[in-house]
Amino acid sequence: MGERIGIEVSLAIAEAAKMANVDVIAAYPITPQTHIVEHLAELVASGEMDAEYILAESEHSAMSACLGSSAVGARTFTATAGQGLELMHEVLYVASAMRLPVVMAVANRALSSPLNVWGDQSDLMAVRDTGWIQIICENGQEAFDHTLCAFRIAEDQRVLLPVMIHTDGFYLTHVVEPIEFPKQDEVDRFLPPYQYPLPLDPDKPVTMGAFAPPILYSEAKKAQEVNIRASKKIILDHWAEFGKAFGRHYHPIEQYRTEGSKTLLMTLGSFGETAMTAVDKMRNEGKDVGLLKLRLWRPFPFEELRQAVGNAEVLIVVDRALSFGGPGGPAYSEVRSALYSKKKRPRIVGFIGGLGGRDITVAEFEGMVKRGVEMVKAGSEQEFEMFGVRE
Amino acid sequence: MENYGVYTARLAPKIDGLAPGHRACVGCGEALAVRIACKAMGENIIVSNATGCMEVVSSQLPVTAWDIPWIHTLFENAAAVASGVESALKVMVRKGRRPDKGTKAVAMAGDGGTSDIGLQALSGALERGHDLLFICFDNEAYMNTGIQRSSATPFGASTTTSPAGKKSIGQKTWKKNMPAIAVAHDIPYVATASPSYPFDMMEKVKKGLAVNGPAYIHVLSVCPTGWRSAPDLSVRLGRLAVQTGVFPLYEVENGKYKLSIDPSPLRPIQDYLKLQGRFRHLSEGMAKQIQDRVINEYEKLKQKCTCS
Repeated sequence: MGERIGIEVSLAIAEAAKMANVDVIAAYPITPQTHIVEHLAELVASGEMDAEYILAESEHSAMSACLGSSAVGARTFTATAGQGLELMHEVLYVASAMRLPVVMAVANRALSSPLNVWGDQSDLMAVRDTGWIQIICENGQEAFDHTLCAFRIAEDQRVLLPVMIHTDGFYLTHVVEPIEFPKQDEVDRFLPPYQYPLPLDPDKPVTMGAFAPPILYSEAKKAQEVNIRASKKIILDHWAEFGKAFGRHYHPIEQYRTEGSKTLLMTLGSFGETAMTAVDKMRNEGKDVGLLKLRLWRPFPFEELRQAVGNAEVLIVVDRALSFGGPGGPAYSEVRSALYSKKKRPRIVGFIGGLGGRDITVAEFEGMVKRGVEMVKAGSEQEFEMFGVRE
Repeated sequence: MENYGVYTARLAPKIDGLAPGHRACVGCGEALAVRIACKAMGENIIVSNATGCMEVVSSQLPVTAWDIPWIHTLFENAAAVASGVESALKVMVRKGRRPDKGTKAVAMAGDGGTSDIGLQALSGALERGHDLLFICFDNEAYMNTGIQRSSATPFGASTTTSPAGKKSIGQKTWKKNMPAIAVAHDIPYVATASPSYPFDMMEKVKKGLAVNGPAYIHVLSVCPTGWRSAPDLSVRLGRLAVQTGVFPLYEVENGKYKLSIDPSPLRPIQDYLKLQGRFRHLSEGMAKQIQDRVINEYEKLKQKCTCS
């Protein structure tokens, strides 16, 4: 085992990329991701990291450069947030469809307008369907661990998909946490060198990115869907290997005090930590409340969700993003749809909160549970609401 | 240009990066230009191609016309993708994961993918100093999507989005001077070329590939479909563009301008315009306006050549 170091989470993510021996970084600065790319620049400048650093003129070009680099067979990393992720949007689809295992850290941030640089998961939800494997972190240790795991998952020849590691902007990226760093030789054992099966190479010319007419496009998309669905088992295998090597075990849905819970709260990302405190408090008061934390966003863990929900009667899902004019928070509506075919399913209530950097406190989580249970008891047809908004 | 080249076509390399059997229109100047460029570049390259005519005619799944490593991703990012290719080659050679064979990164795009939607990515790549060659195959409009105007469309040309009409002269703006924008990035090599002067073009492509750092080559690619010209006139139109001064051939090596061929006295502009349906509606006044502008621009270019 390595050592425990007090370090800002952004810096820890950059250190993970360094320990992964990344070959090429292509990035553009944007708050709240900047500390990641700044620290990477320092690591390259000081010679601690041997990588090419492309200081792109936009996120669109940063991700485009990642495509080229990954296709040549270089281990490729980038980081972005909010508007930057949106500017990359069309490029993201290409990375996954062309099976280029780029790894990207996302410091989740609100989307303009009004301009807001603070933590929020609207950017995360906007790239839901881009075909990337998406993992949501709850604390700094997870951000470090999942960045390392991401390379192993992405580059597995059965997977070959890009991976996004989501970390709440400011709430996680800018806090200092004690993080356990493995030793370099342990990382090297866990993460073999990147071998792309068919790289761009003059000795063996390949054509990448040919266009597909209607007669082939659907087949290409089906292949992509089969591939990402099949990746779930492989992701779990790699996480199990990580657990064996480093002693920290990760699951698609983390459960906290769910035993016998009639009411379950569900969070994504850093709010899981606050929600745990709220659950502890409610449990101490004799309320049978438990917590589910959604870690694997894509591929979506359907079976694990159904199992985790068990016999709960009320499930309260908290989103930090809004689907305007739609069925509620994006995670809420997906969870609802995933549980629809379950014979005995809980009533599901959605809350939207924590937008644009606003905090959700322990008391507010308690309030959501109370309000959620009330809504279900009253048979309310309004199944989601924005929480803590001033009228 | 070395004149012997004109008579000795057999000196051209036999290799073809772009194989026959692609789906380009009859008389396509761009297919000819890409073929010539590929002959000059040889096999030790990796090409990043923007979305556009060339990508569409050469790469319909499950077949390909490319015999060189080739990647297409999007429309506006050919230069950015090539930046990634170049950086990856560099670091992998340094780390001993690839043999040091001097493989070069090349980006290709049309005029839209270069001077409009791709301009930012191109500027970024040139400014960062990547060792790559960017070739713009300029057919002076968005031909792939059906002849819409771009910033490279010449003044007066009728396109589907700048149609000539009772209240429209066709394209209202003068062609964006893309080579000058490339020169402004202070890169080691910029040139204009034409497949109608194949050996001059091959030499320039070789030079652009050989320099250490970014190189930009702007190739005028005659498009019979979009220019409404006879397909058998493509090579002649390319020559006329040079001989009338519409598209002078020159190089800018480390900021130093040099005319590749001085066709003075320039042929009258009508020799060039009258063969193209896109200029059919031009009034005498407008043709005069174009003639004056061409002479003026050509004189300005010659000034640069003597001054630098």
